[in-house]
Amino acid sequence: MNTPANLKYAASHEWAKLESDGTVTIGITDHAQGALGDIVFLELPDIGRAVKAGEECAVVESVKAASDIYSPVSGEVVAANTAAVDAPESVNADAYANWLFRVKPSNPSELDALLSADAYAATL
Amino acid sequence: MPLRTPLYDSHLAAGARMVDFSGWEMPIHYGSQIEEHHAVRRDAGMFDVSHMCALDLAGPQARDYLRFLLANDVAKLTVPGKALYSCMLDEAGGVIDDLIVYYLGPERYRIVVNAGTTEKDVLWMRGVLTRFDARLTVRRRRGSDAVAIIAAQGPGAHERRHSGVDAVAMIAVQGPQARERFWKAFPELRAATEGLGIFQAAEVRFNDADWLVARTGYTGEDGFEITLPAGEAALVWYQLRGAGIKPCGLGARDTLRLEAGMNLYGQDMDENISPYEAGLKWTVDLKDAGRDFIGKAAIEGPEARPAANQFQGLLLLDRGVLRAHQKVITPQGEGEITSGSFSPTLEKSIALARLPHGVAIGSEVDVEIRDKRLKARVVNPVFVRNGKPLI
Repeated sequence: MNTPANLKYAASHEWAKLESDGTVTIGITDHAQGALGDIVFLELPDIGRAVKAGEECAVVESVKAASDIYSPVSGEVVAANTAAVDAPESVNADAYANWLFRVKPSNPSELDALLSADAYAATL
Repeated sequence: MPLRTPLYDSHLAAGARMVDFSGWEMPIHYGSQIEEHHAVRRDAGMFDVSHMCALDLAGPQARDYLRFLLANDVAKLTVPGKALYSCMLDEAGGVIDDLIVYYLGPERYRIVVNAGTTEKDVLWMRGVLTRFDARLTVRRRRGSDAVAIIAAQGPGAHERRHSGVDAVAMIAVQGPQARERFWKAFPELRAATEGLGIFQAAEVRFNDADWLVARTGYTGEDGFEITLPAGEAALVWYQLRGAGIKPCGLGARDTLRLEAGMNLYGQDMDENISPYEAGLKWTVDLKDAGRDFIGKAAIEGPEARPAANQFQGLLLLDRGVLRAHQKVITPQGEGEITSGSFSPTLEKSIALARLPHGVAIGSEVDVEIRDKRLKARVVNPVFVRNGKPLI
Protein backbone atom coordinates (compact mmCIF):
# COMPACT_ATOMS: atom_id res chain seq x y z
CA MET A 1 0.00 0.00 0.00
CA ASN A 2 1.38 3.35 -1.07
CA THR A 3 1.18 5.78 1.89
CA PRO A 4 4.02 8.35 1.82
CA ALA A 5 5.44 8.99 5.29
CA ASN A 6 5.61 12.78 4.85
CA LEU A 7 1.82 13.13 4.64
CA LYS A 8 -0.97 13.11 7.21
CA TYR A 9 -4.13 11.10 6.60
CA ALA A 10 -7.82 11.15 7.43
CA ALA A 11 -9.67 7.89 8.07
CA SER A 12 -12.00 8.98 5.25
CA HIS A 13 -9.07 8.46 2.82
CA GLU A 14 -7.86 12.01 2.22
CA TRP A 15 -4.21 12.99 2.58
CA ALA A 16 -2.99 16.39 3.78
CA LYS A 17 0.37 18.02 3.35
CA LEU A 18 1.55 21.11 5.19
CA GLU A 19 3.31 23.37 2.69
CA SER A 20 6.15 25.77 3.54
CA ASP A 21 3.80 28.74 3.05
CA GLY A 22 1.53 27.40 5.77
CA THR A 23 -1.24 26.19 3.46
CA VAL A 24 -2.42 22.56 3.43
CA THR A 25 -2.67 20.61 0.18
CA ILE A 26 -5.37 17.93 0.11
CA GLY A 27 -5.99 14.93 -2.10
CA ILE A 28 -7.26 11.37 -1.94
CA THR A 29 -5.09 8.39 -1.08
CA ASP A 30 -3.84 5.74 -3.42
CA HIS A 31 -6.10 3.26 -1.64
CA ALA A 32 -9.09 5.53 -2.30
CA GLN A 33 -8.38 5.90 -6.02
CA GLY A 34 -7.98 2.13 -6.32
CA ALA A 35 -11.25 1.48 -4.56
CA LEU A 36 -13.10 4.04 -6.69
CA GLY A 37 -11.77 2.75 -10.00
CA ASP A 38 -11.52 4.88 -13.13
CA ILE A 39 -12.12 8.49 -12.09
CA VAL A 40 -14.05 10.53 -14.66
CA PHE A 41 -15.20 13.70 -12.90
CA LEU A 42 -14.06 16.01 -10.11
CA GLU A 43 -16.11 18.70 -8.44
CA LEU A 44 -13.83 20.95 -6.39
CA PRO A 45 -14.71 23.73 -3.90
CA ASP A 46 -14.81 27.36 -4.96
CA ILE A 47 -11.82 29.46 -3.99
CA GLY A 48 -12.63 31.58 -0.96
CA ARG A 49 -15.05 29.05 0.52
CA ALA A 50 -14.74 28.57 4.26
CA VAL A 51 -14.62 24.90 5.22
CA LYS A 52 -14.68 23.07 8.53
CA ALA A 53 -12.66 19.98 9.30
CA GLY A 54 -14.76 16.98 8.33
CA GLU A 55 -17.01 19.01 6.02
CA GLU A 56 -17.92 17.64 2.57
CA CYS A 57 -16.39 19.99 0.06
CA ALA A 58 -15.53 18.04 -3.08
CA VAL A 59 -16.83 15.09 -5.06
CA VAL A 60 -14.82 12.48 -6.92
CA GLU A 61 -16.83 10.44 -9.41
CA SER A 62 -15.56 7.23 -10.92
CA VAL A 63 -17.39 5.27 -13.57
CA LYS A 64 -18.76 3.25 -10.68
CA ALA A 65 -19.84 5.79 -8.09
CA ALA A 66 -19.71 9.28 -6.63
CA SER A 67 -17.69 9.79 -3.48
CA ASP A 68 -17.70 12.79 -1.13
CA ILE A 69 -14.38 14.26 -0.12
CA TYR A 70 -14.04 15.83 3.33
CA SER A 71 -11.65 18.60 4.23
CA PRO A 72 -9.24 17.27 6.87
CA VAL A 73 -8.72 20.80 8.26
CA SER A 74 -10.73 23.99 8.78
CA GLY A 75 -9.91 27.17 6.92
CA GLU A 76 -10.33 28.94 3.62
CA VAL A 77 -10.00 27.27 0.23
CA VAL A 78 -7.17 29.09 -1.57
CA ALA A 79 -6.65 26.87 -4.63
CA ALA A 80 -8.30 24.10 -6.64
CA ASN A 81 -6.39 21.87 -9.04
CA THR A 82 -8.00 22.70 -12.39
CA ALA A 83 -5.48 20.50 -14.20
CA ALA A 84 -6.92 17.51 -12.35
CA VAL A 85 -10.46 18.65 -13.22
CA ASP A 86 -9.47 18.60 -16.90
CA ALA A 87 -7.80 15.18 -16.56
CA PRO A 88 -9.56 13.31 -13.73
CA GLU A 89 -7.79 10.07 -14.67
CA SER A 90 -4.52 11.67 -13.48
CA VAL A 91 -5.70 11.01 -9.91
CA ASN A 92 -5.73 7.28 -10.70
CA ALA A 93 -2.26 7.55 -12.18
CA ASP A 94 -0.77 9.31 -9.14
CA ALA A 95 -3.08 10.23 -6.28
CA TYR A 96 -0.34 12.05 -4.36
CA ALA A 97 1.02 14.21 -7.20
CA ASN A 98 -2.46 15.13 -8.37
CA TRP A 99 -3.92 17.02 -5.45
CA LEU A 100 -7.47 18.35 -5.34
CA PHE A 101 -7.54 21.61 -3.35
CA ARG A 102 -5.54 23.72 -0.93
CA VAL A 103 -6.72 25.25 2.34
CA LYS A 104 -5.27 28.08 4.41
CA PRO A 105 -5.85 26.52 7.83
CA SER A 106 -7.56 28.52 10.57
CA ASN A 107 -6.38 26.05 13.19
CA PRO A 108 -3.14 24.33 12.10
CA SER A 109 -3.16 22.12 15.20
CA GLU A 110 -5.95 20.11 13.53
CA LEU A 111 -3.19 18.54 11.46
CA ASP A 112 -1.83 16.88 14.58
CA ALA A 113 -5.12 15.04 15.04
CA LEU A 114 -4.75 13.36 11.65
CA LEU A 115 -3.25 9.89 11.18
CA SER A 116 0.37 9.12 10.43
CA ALA A 117 1.12 6.99 7.37
CA ASP A 118 1.51 3.89 9.54
CA ALA A 119 -1.66 4.56 11.50
CA TYR A 120 -3.62 5.11 8.28
CA ALA A 121 -2.17 2.01 6.65
CA ALA A 122 -3.26 0.05 9.71
CA THR A 123 -6.90 1.04 9.06
CA LEU A 124 -6.90 -0.46 5.57
CA MET B 1 -20.76 -17.37 2.62
CA PRO B 2 -20.80 -15.70 -0.78
CA LEU B 3 -21.46 -17.83 -3.82
CA ARG B 4 -18.57 -18.37 -6.19
CA THR B 5 -18.60 -19.35 -9.84
CA PRO B 6 -16.28 -22.05 -11.24
CA LEU B 7 -14.06 -19.18 -12.46
CA TYR B 8 -13.45 -17.61 -9.04
CA ASP B 9 -9.80 -18.66 -8.89
CA SER B 10 -9.28 -17.56 -12.50
CA HIS B 11 -10.50 -14.08 -11.57
CA LEU B 12 -8.14 -13.80 -8.63
CA ALA B 13 -5.26 -15.02 -10.79
CA ALA B 14 -6.07 -12.29 -13.32
CA GLY B 15 -5.92 -9.61 -10.61
CA ALA B 16 -9.65 -9.02 -10.27
CA ARG B 17 -11.16 -6.73 -7.68
CA MET B 18 -14.07 -8.80 -6.39
CA VAL B 19 -17.42 -7.41 -5.23
CA ASP B 20 -20.71 -8.82 -4.05
CA PHE B 21 -23.32 -9.08 -6.78
CA SER B 22 -26.65 -10.58 -5.69
CA GLY B 23 -24.82 -12.82 -3.25
CA TRP B 24 -22.15 -13.82 -5.78
CA GLU B 25 -18.53 -12.85 -5.42
CA MET B 26 -17.82 -11.44 -8.88
CA PRO B 27 -15.07 -9.39 -10.58
CA ILE B 28 -15.92 -5.69 -10.91
CA HIS B 29 -12.75 -5.08 -12.92
CA TYR B 30 -9.24 -6.43 -13.40
CA GLY B 31 -7.46 -3.07 -13.24
CA SER B 32 -9.31 -0.59 -15.42
CA GLN B 33 -13.00 -0.74 -16.16
CA ILE B 34 -12.58 1.76 -18.99
CA GLU B 35 -9.86 -0.28 -20.72
CA GLU B 36 -12.03 -3.37 -20.48
CA HIS B 37 -14.93 -1.41 -21.97
CA HIS B 38 -12.78 -0.30 -24.91
CA ALA B 39 -11.48 -3.84 -25.42
CA VAL B 40 -15.04 -5.02 -26.04
CA ARG B 41 -15.89 -2.10 -28.35
CA ARG B 42 -12.65 -2.37 -30.33
CA ASP B 43 -11.47 -5.97 -30.14
CA ALA B 44 -12.66 -8.71 -27.76
CA GLY B 45 -13.40 -9.13 -24.09
CA MET B 46 -14.97 -11.86 -21.99
CA PHE B 47 -17.23 -11.96 -18.98
CA ASP B 48 -17.94 -14.68 -16.47
CA VAL B 49 -21.73 -14.81 -16.44
CA SER B 50 -21.96 -18.11 -14.60
CA HIS B 51 -23.93 -16.41 -11.83
CA MET B 52 -26.87 -16.19 -14.20
CA CYS B 53 -29.10 -19.22 -14.06
CA ALA B 54 -29.74 -21.60 -16.92
CA LEU B 55 -32.89 -23.68 -16.87
CA ASP B 56 -33.90 -26.50 -19.16
CA LEU B 57 -37.52 -26.96 -20.08
CA ALA B 58 -38.75 -30.10 -21.78
CA GLY B 59 -42.09 -31.76 -22.36
CA PRO B 60 -45.06 -31.98 -24.70
CA GLN B 61 -46.48 -28.69 -23.42
CA ALA B 62 -43.21 -26.77 -23.11
CA ARG B 63 -44.21 -24.43 -25.94
CA ASP B 64 -47.73 -23.84 -24.63
CA TYR B 65 -46.29 -23.16 -21.20
CA LEU B 66 -43.85 -20.53 -22.47
CA ARG B 67 -46.50 -18.88 -24.62
CA PHE B 68 -48.53 -18.39 -21.44
CA LEU B 69 -45.59 -17.55 -19.17
CA LEU B 70 -43.86 -14.93 -21.32
CA ALA B 71 -44.97 -11.63 -22.86
CA ASN B 72 -43.02 -12.33 -26.03
CA ASP B 73 -44.25 -15.24 -28.13
CA VAL B 74 -42.04 -18.31 -28.48
CA ALA B 75 -44.27 -19.43 -31.36
CA LYS B 76 -41.98 -17.40 -33.61
CA LEU B 77 -39.09 -19.69 -32.66
CA THR B 78 -39.45 -22.32 -35.37
CA VAL B 79 -35.83 -23.05 -36.26
CA PRO B 80 -33.86 -24.97 -33.60
CA GLY B 81 -31.31 -22.68 -31.97
CA LYS B 82 -33.31 -19.47 -32.38
CA ALA B 83 -33.49 -17.28 -29.29
CA LEU B 84 -35.89 -14.67 -27.99
CA TYR B 85 -35.66 -11.90 -25.40
CA SER B 86 -38.75 -11.59 -23.23
CA CYS B 87 -40.19 -10.18 -20.06
CA MET B 88 -41.89 -12.49 -17.59
CA LEU B 89 -44.81 -10.53 -16.14
CA ASP B 90 -46.95 -10.95 -13.07
CA GLU B 91 -50.74 -10.68 -13.16
CA ALA B 92 -50.51 -6.92 -12.61
CA GLY B 93 -48.25 -6.52 -15.63
CA GLY B 94 -45.14 -5.85 -13.54
CA VAL B 95 -41.85 -7.31 -14.71
CA ILE B 96 -40.76 -10.33 -12.65
CA ASP B 97 -37.63 -10.69 -14.75
CA ASP B 98 -36.26 -10.35 -18.25
CA LEU B 99 -34.72 -13.42 -19.82
CA ILE B 100 -33.57 -15.14 -22.97
CA VAL B 101 -35.24 -18.31 -24.14
CA TYR B 102 -33.57 -20.61 -26.69
CA TYR B 103 -35.56 -23.07 -28.77
CA LEU B 104 -33.33 -26.13 -28.83
CA GLY B 105 -35.64 -28.57 -30.60
CA PRO B 106 -39.14 -29.98 -30.47
CA GLU B 107 -40.37 -29.78 -26.87
CA ARG B 108 -37.01 -28.49 -25.61
CA TYR B 109 -36.01 -25.00 -24.50
CA ARG B 110 -33.16 -23.39 -22.56
CA ILE B 111 -33.96 -20.31 -20.49
CA VAL B 112 -31.38 -17.97 -18.92
CA VAL B 113 -32.53 -15.69 -16.09
CA ASN B 114 -30.82 -13.06 -13.94
CA ALA B 115 -28.73 -14.06 -10.94
CA GLY B 116 -30.49 -11.89 -8.38
CA THR B 117 -33.96 -13.04 -9.38
CA THR B 118 -33.31 -16.76 -9.78
CA GLU B 119 -35.11 -17.94 -6.66
CA LYS B 120 -38.29 -15.96 -7.19
CA ASP B 121 -38.24 -16.79 -10.92
CA VAL B 122 -38.02 -20.51 -10.29
CA LEU B 123 -40.81 -20.36 -7.69
CA TRP B 124 -43.00 -18.46 -10.13
CA MET B 125 -42.16 -20.67 -13.07
CA ARG B 126 -42.87 -23.82 -11.04
CA GLY B 127 -46.17 -22.38 -9.90
CA VAL B 128 -47.30 -21.74 -13.46
CA LEU B 129 -45.95 -25.09 -14.56
CA THR B 130 -48.48 -27.03 -12.46
CA ARG B 131 -50.99 -26.45 -15.26
CA PHE B 132 -48.72 -27.84 -18.00
CA ASP B 133 -47.06 -31.09 -18.91
CA ALA B 134 -43.42 -30.15 -18.95
CA ARG B 135 -40.35 -30.45 -16.76
CA LEU B 136 -38.15 -27.58 -15.58
CA THR B 137 -34.56 -28.32 -14.60
CA VAL B 138 -32.37 -25.75 -12.90
CA ARG B 139 -28.82 -26.24 -14.06
CA ARG B 140 -26.43 -26.15 -11.14
CA ARG B 141 -24.13 -23.19 -11.21
CA ARG B 142 -21.36 -24.57 -9.02
CA GLY B 143 -19.73 -27.94 -8.69
CA SER B 144 -20.11 -27.64 -4.93
CA ASP B 145 -23.89 -27.31 -4.91
CA ALA B 146 -25.26 -29.99 -2.64
CA VAL B 147 -28.18 -30.90 -4.84
CA ALA B 148 -29.22 -30.14 -8.34
CA ILE B 149 -32.66 -28.68 -8.12
CA ILE B 150 -35.26 -30.23 -10.28
CA ALA B 151 -38.79 -29.02 -10.47
CA ALA B 152 -40.83 -31.60 -12.20
CA GLN B 153 -44.49 -30.94 -12.06
CA GLY B 154 -47.63 -31.13 -14.06
CA PRO B 155 -49.59 -34.02 -15.41
CA GLY B 156 -47.40 -36.88 -16.41
CA ALA B 157 -44.30 -35.45 -14.85
CA HIS B 158 -42.72 -36.52 -11.64
CA GLU B 159 -40.61 -34.72 -9.11
CA ARG B 160 -37.14 -36.04 -8.71
CA ARG B 161 -33.75 -35.08 -7.46
CA HIS B 162 -31.31 -35.31 -10.22
CA SER B 163 -27.69 -35.71 -9.37
CA GLY B 164 -26.91 -36.54 -12.98
CA VAL B 165 -27.37 -32.96 -14.20
CA ASP B 166 -23.95 -31.41 -14.48
CA ALA B 167 -23.15 -27.93 -13.28
CA VAL B 168 -22.57 -25.39 -16.00
CA ALA B 169 -20.54 -22.21 -16.39
CA MET B 170 -21.32 -19.40 -18.80
CA ILE B 171 -18.77 -17.21 -20.51
CA ALA B 172 -19.68 -14.29 -22.78
CA VAL B 173 -17.06 -13.38 -25.39
CA GLN B 174 -17.95 -10.02 -26.91
CA GLY B 175 -16.47 -7.58 -29.39
CA PRO B 176 -15.83 -7.21 -33.11
CA GLN B 177 -13.04 -9.82 -32.95
CA ALA B 178 -14.67 -12.04 -30.32
CA ARG B 179 -15.85 -14.78 -32.65
CA GLU B 180 -12.56 -14.93 -34.57
CA ARG B 181 -10.59 -15.15 -31.35
CA PHE B 182 -12.95 -17.79 -30.01
CA TRP B 183 -12.38 -19.87 -33.15
CA LYS B 184 -8.65 -19.32 -32.82
CA ALA B 185 -8.85 -20.93 -29.36
CA PHE B 186 -11.33 -23.62 -30.48
CA PRO B 187 -10.93 -24.20 -34.22
CA GLU B 188 -12.92 -27.42 -33.91
CA LEU B 189 -16.03 -25.36 -33.14
CA ARG B 190 -15.81 -23.02 -36.11
CA ALA B 191 -17.77 -25.15 -38.54
CA ALA B 192 -20.67 -25.64 -36.16
CA THR B 193 -20.91 -21.99 -35.10
CA GLU B 194 -19.84 -19.74 -37.96
CA GLY B 195 -23.21 -19.96 -39.66
CA LEU B 196 -25.09 -18.76 -36.60
CA GLY B 197 -27.18 -15.66 -37.11
CA ILE B 198 -27.79 -13.03 -34.44
CA PHE B 199 -29.83 -14.50 -31.58
CA GLN B 200 -29.18 -18.02 -32.76
CA ALA B 201 -27.46 -20.83 -30.86
CA ALA B 202 -26.01 -24.23 -31.59
CA GLU B 203 -25.72 -27.23 -29.31
CA VAL B 204 -22.31 -28.70 -29.92
CA ARG B 205 -20.55 -31.77 -28.63
CA PHE B 206 -17.00 -30.95 -27.59
CA ASN B 207 -14.52 -32.89 -25.44
CA ASP B 208 -17.27 -35.42 -24.68
CA ALA B 209 -19.46 -32.70 -23.23
CA ASP B 210 -22.43 -30.61 -24.34
CA TRP B 211 -21.84 -26.93 -25.01
CA LEU B 212 -24.32 -24.31 -26.09
CA VAL B 213 -22.80 -21.57 -28.22
CA ALA B 214 -25.17 -18.64 -28.73
CA ARG B 215 -24.68 -15.50 -30.77
CA THR B 216 -26.15 -13.31 -28.06
CA GLY B 217 -24.82 -10.81 -25.58
CA TYR B 218 -25.37 -7.77 -23.40
CA THR B 219 -22.88 -5.29 -24.82
CA GLY B 220 -24.15 -4.11 -28.21
CA GLU B 221 -21.28 -5.96 -29.89
CA ASP B 222 -21.08 -9.20 -31.81
CA GLY B 223 -19.96 -12.32 -29.97
CA PHE B 224 -20.98 -15.54 -28.31
CA GLU B 225 -22.38 -16.59 -24.99
CA ILE B 226 -21.08 -20.06 -24.24
CA THR B 227 -22.56 -22.51 -21.77
CA LEU B 228 -20.19 -25.33 -20.89
CA PRO B 229 -19.48 -27.84 -18.12
CA ALA B 230 -18.38 -26.09 -14.93
CA GLY B 231 -15.37 -28.36 -14.59
CA GLU B 232 -13.92 -27.13 -17.89
CA ALA B 233 -14.53 -23.44 -17.32
CA ALA B 234 -11.12 -22.53 -15.90
CA LEU B 235 -9.21 -24.20 -18.74
CA VAL B 236 -11.47 -22.67 -21.38
CA TRP B 237 -11.06 -19.22 -19.78
CA TYR B 238 -7.30 -19.71 -19.91
CA GLN B 239 -7.41 -20.73 -23.57
CA LEU B 240 -9.61 -17.76 -24.47
CA ARG B 241 -7.13 -15.44 -22.74
CA GLY B 242 -4.41 -17.08 -24.78
CA ALA B 243 -6.35 -16.19 -27.92
CA GLY B 244 -6.23 -12.53 -26.92
CA ILE B 245 -9.62 -12.11 -25.28
CA LYS B 246 -9.41 -9.69 -22.35
CA PRO B 247 -11.11 -10.58 -19.06
CA CYS B 248 -13.73 -7.92 -18.30
CA GLY B 249 -15.64 -7.29 -15.11
CA LEU B 250 -19.18 -6.37 -14.22
CA GLY B 251 -18.23 -2.68 -14.28
CA ALA B 252 -17.53 -2.72 -18.02
CA ARG B 253 -20.54 -4.95 -18.56
CA ASP B 254 -22.72 -2.22 -17.05
CA THR B 255 -21.31 0.67 -19.11
CA LEU B 256 -21.44 -1.45 -22.28
CA ARG B 257 -25.08 -2.43 -21.81
CA LEU B 258 -25.97 1.16 -20.90
CA GLU B 259 -24.36 2.50 -24.10
CA ALA B 260 -26.23 -0.19 -26.02
CA GLY B 261 -29.48 0.96 -24.40
CA MET B 262 -30.16 -2.39 -22.79
CA ASN B 263 -32.20 -2.46 -19.61
CA LEU B 264 -30.89 -3.79 -16.32
CA TYR B 265 -33.42 -5.67 -14.25
CA GLY B 266 -33.94 -4.15 -10.80
CA GLN B 267 -32.79 -0.78 -12.00
CA ASP B 268 -34.64 0.08 -15.22
CA MET B 269 -37.62 -2.13 -14.49
CA ASP B 270 -39.05 -4.35 -11.77
CA GLU B 271 -42.42 -5.60 -10.51
CA ASN B 272 -43.70 -2.04 -10.14
CA ILE B 273 -43.03 -1.16 -13.76
CA SER B 274 -44.81 -2.42 -16.84
CA PRO B 275 -42.73 -3.21 -19.93
CA TYR B 276 -44.45 -0.23 -21.57
CA GLU B 277 -42.82 2.09 -19.03
CA ALA B 278 -39.38 0.57 -19.54
CA GLY B 279 -39.03 0.88 -23.30
CA LEU B 280 -39.86 -2.80 -23.79
CA LYS B 281 -43.11 -2.59 -25.75
CA TRP B 282 -41.26 -4.18 -28.70
CA THR B 283 -40.88 -7.36 -26.66
CA VAL B 284 -44.60 -7.75 -25.94
CA ASP B 285 -46.07 -9.78 -28.77
CA LEU B 286 -49.79 -9.20 -29.37
CA LYS B 287 -49.94 -10.53 -32.93
CA ASP B 288 -51.80 -13.67 -31.98
CA ALA B 289 -54.95 -12.12 -30.52
CA GLY B 290 -56.01 -15.54 -29.32
CA ARG B 291 -52.95 -15.96 -27.11
CA ASP B 292 -53.37 -15.26 -23.43
CA PHE B 293 -50.29 -14.65 -21.31
CA ILE B 294 -49.78 -13.65 -17.71
CA GLY B 295 -50.05 -9.87 -17.35
CA LYS B 296 -51.77 -9.35 -20.69
CA ALA B 297 -55.07 -8.19 -19.19
CA ALA B 298 -53.26 -5.72 -16.95
CA ILE B 299 -51.34 -4.03 -19.76
CA GLU B 300 -53.75 -4.50 -22.67
CA GLY B 301 -57.20 -5.24 -21.24
CA PRO B 302 -60.08 -2.75 -20.93
CA GLU B 303 -58.96 -1.89 -17.39
CA ALA B 304 -55.34 -1.35 -18.42
CA ARG B 305 -53.74 1.72 -16.95
CA PRO B 306 -51.98 3.76 -19.64
CA ALA B 307 -48.19 3.91 -19.32
CA ALA B 308 -47.45 6.70 -16.86
CA ASN B 309 -44.37 7.85 -18.72
CA GLN B 310 -41.98 7.28 -21.58
CA PHE B 311 -38.54 5.71 -21.46
CA GLN B 312 -35.75 7.67 -23.15
CA GLY B 313 -32.05 8.35 -23.12
CA LEU B 314 -30.26 11.38 -21.73
CA LEU B 315 -26.94 12.85 -22.80
CA LEU B 316 -25.42 15.19 -20.22
CA LEU B 317 -24.33 18.47 -21.84
CA ASP B 318 -22.64 19.90 -18.72
CA ARG B 319 -19.80 18.23 -16.86
CA GLY B 320 -20.78 15.64 -14.30
CA VAL B 321 -22.08 12.11 -14.08
CA LEU B 322 -25.71 11.04 -14.34
CA ARG B 323 -26.73 8.39 -11.80
CA ALA B 324 -29.81 6.32 -11.04
CA HIS B 325 -32.55 8.13 -9.08
CA GLN B 326 -31.50 11.65 -10.01
CA LYS B 327 -34.49 13.87 -10.68
CA VAL B 328 -35.13 15.13 -14.22
CA ILE B 329 -36.98 18.45 -14.57
CA THR B 330 -38.88 19.06 -17.79
CA PRO B 331 -41.57 21.54 -18.86
CA GLN B 332 -43.99 18.58 -18.79
CA GLY B 333 -43.14 17.59 -15.22
CA GLU B 334 -40.58 15.54 -13.36
CA GLY B 335 -38.87 12.34 -14.44
CA GLU B 336 -36.29 10.03 -12.96
CA ILE B 337 -33.05 8.49 -14.11
CA THR B 338 -33.09 4.70 -13.82
CA SER B 339 -29.50 3.99 -14.95
CA GLY B 340 -26.71 6.46 -15.45
CA SER B 341 -22.96 6.44 -15.80
CA PHE B 342 -20.04 7.74 -17.76
CA SER B 343 -19.89 6.49 -21.33
CA PRO B 344 -16.28 5.59 -22.14
CA THR B 345 -17.06 5.55 -25.88
CA LEU B 346 -18.73 8.98 -25.98
CA GLU B 347 -16.63 10.39 -23.13
CA LYS B 348 -19.81 11.95 -21.80
CA SER B 349 -22.29 10.94 -19.20
CA ILE B 350 -25.42 9.11 -20.41
CA ALA B 351 -28.52 7.73 -18.77
CA LEU B 352 -31.78 5.89 -19.23
CA ALA B 353 -34.73 7.74 -17.74
CA ARG B 354 -38.46 7.65 -17.28
CA LEU B 355 -39.79 10.98 -18.52
CA PRO B 356 -43.27 12.51 -18.70
CA HIS B 357 -45.15 12.10 -21.97
CA GLY B 358 -44.65 14.97 -24.37
CA VAL B 359 -40.94 15.48 -23.73
CA ALA B 360 -39.54 15.33 -27.26
CA ILE B 361 -36.33 13.68 -28.42
CA GLY B 362 -33.80 16.44 -28.99
CA SER B 363 -35.20 18.73 -26.31
CA GLU B 364 -33.15 19.93 -23.36
CA VAL B 365 -34.03 19.10 -19.77
CA ASP B 366 -32.48 19.74 -16.37
CA VAL B 367 -31.08 17.07 -14.09
CA GLU B 368 -30.70 17.68 -10.38
CA ILE B 369 -27.25 16.54 -9.29
CA ARG B 370 -26.54 17.32 -5.65
CA ASP B 371 -27.38 21.03 -5.30
CA LYS B 372 -27.00 21.87 -9.00
CA ARG B 373 -29.15 21.71 -12.10
CA LEU B 374 -27.28 20.47 -15.15
CA LYS B 375 -28.41 20.46 -18.78
CA ALA B 376 -29.07 17.22 -20.60
CA ARG B 377 -30.46 16.40 -24.04
CA VAL B 378 -33.19 13.81 -24.54
CA VAL B 379 -32.00 11.19 -27.03
CA ASN B 380 -33.03 7.87 -28.46
CA PRO B 381 -31.88 5.36 -25.81
CA VAL B 382 -29.39 3.52 -27.98
CA PHE B 383 -26.10 5.35 -27.64
CA VAL B 384 -23.54 3.01 -29.20
CA ARG B 385 -23.85 -0.16 -31.28
CA ASN B 386 -21.18 -2.24 -32.99
CA GLY B 387 -18.44 0.17 -31.97
CA LYS B 388 -20.17 3.23 -33.43
CA PRO B 389 -21.72 6.18 -31.61
CA LEU B 390 -25.33 6.64 -32.67
CA ILE B 391 -25.95 10.06 -31.14
